[in-house]
Amino acid sequence: MKTLITSTEDKLNAAFDKRFGRAAWFCVLDESTGETAFYPNENINATGGAGTKAAEKVVELGVGKIISGDFGPKAKELLNKFNIQMVIIEEEDLSVKEIVERIKK
Amino acid sequence: MPLKIAVASGKGGTGKTTVSVNLQHFIASYMTPEVLLVDCDVEEPNDRIFFPDSRLQISEVVNQMVPEIDTEKCIFCRECVEYCEFNAIVVIPPVKYAEVNASLCHSCGACSVACQDGAVIEKRHPIGQINCFETGLGHGLAEGVLKIGSPMQTMMIKELKKSVKNNADIVIYDSPPGTSCPVVETVSDVDYVVLVAEPTPFGLHDLILMVELLVDLDKPLGVVINKAGLGNNDIYEFLKEQNIEILAEIPFDKDYASRYASGNLLNDIDVQTKGIYRNLIKKVESRYLQYEGSNYFKW
Repeated sequence: MKTLITSTEDKLNAAFDKRFGRAAWFCVLDESTGETAFYPNENINATGGAGTKAAEKVVELGVGKIISGDFGPKAKELLNKFNIQMVIIEEEDLSVKEIVERIKK
Repeated sequence: MPLKIAVASGKGGTGKTTVSVNLQHFIASYMTPEVLLVDCDVEEPNDRIFFPDSRLQISEVVNQMVPEIDTEKCIFCRECVEYCEFNAIVVIPPVKYAEVNASLCHSCGACSVACQDGAVIEKRHPIGQINCFETGLGHGLAEGVLKIGSPMQTMMIKELKKSVKNNADIVIYDSPPGTSCPVVETVSDVDYVVLVAEPTPFGLHDLILMVELLVDLDKPLGVVINKAGLGNNDIYEFLKEQNIEILAEIPFDKDYASRYASGNLLNDIDVQTKGIYRNLIKKVESRYLQYEGSNYFKW
């Protein structure tokens, strides 16, 4: 399964971004191979509908689980429709790498 | 065409409704009975509270046209998504999913133009209603009531203005608070703006934002200082520095506030209040004469 982690930069030791629709980057971890890929959030500065657009991207990428700090109502509605699991992490100062390692364990 | 006056403020709770309702009352007594009040604060219209004997004459539903996508006809080309400025359309080709999020849609119609396959169908979606009341005062009151949860304030105000009859001499728009889109829509076509401000730091801060907006929109304005005696003198310094006319000063008065709170503004108006509004009306009247007369004055 593919898991998406919201990230502030396009590298593994970047800080975890606690926003979903307004996250800077999306890190996609393929749990079967352990490989990660980064995708820029093209709608980070959208005046509205950033969460919806991010959710659209998630479905397109074939992601089954998302790890972020919070999800807005419109994103939640769409993600629920496609049975995508939403995981909220509230811890401060985490890096994307730490989250990836937790998943691999 | 009537002379259109907006009563606006940056900060909320400065007295827009008090001044609007009184303006209509005193314009009807001193100037012309052909005066209509329009409550443009569509998220929370409350002018009618001050007209307990009002009778509803017309009530009409306002609809927004919201597109729906027929997934039988849709080829998932995402052209409509490209056209949509508001990110209101989600199309996910691999799973053949296409839907419009009504709460993001601004009803611009671009997706209907974009779609070459007849998959976009526009449907009526009620956003609120327009009510017209006979109040025994001038041309009465018109109000827009936006449905709770609808974000279409601007559209509602636009429709409210369109529905208003044009045979009055003067139309007063009671504006929503703030300086955002609904306020811009309210003041966009007016001939004059009466700003109601309170002499507090917060009141001045928001007044400055409002003045900046009206300068940008090239609208003539004057200021009513309400609750005078509160706060400090900074507002007077600002108005003097900017050469902005003070139309009236209404002193802060707890008794007056409690009358407002009980909905009783227009009965037994005290002599001082009468005097204040009479002077205010005189200033409005000079505007009106300029408007009616010729292009002798350039505002």
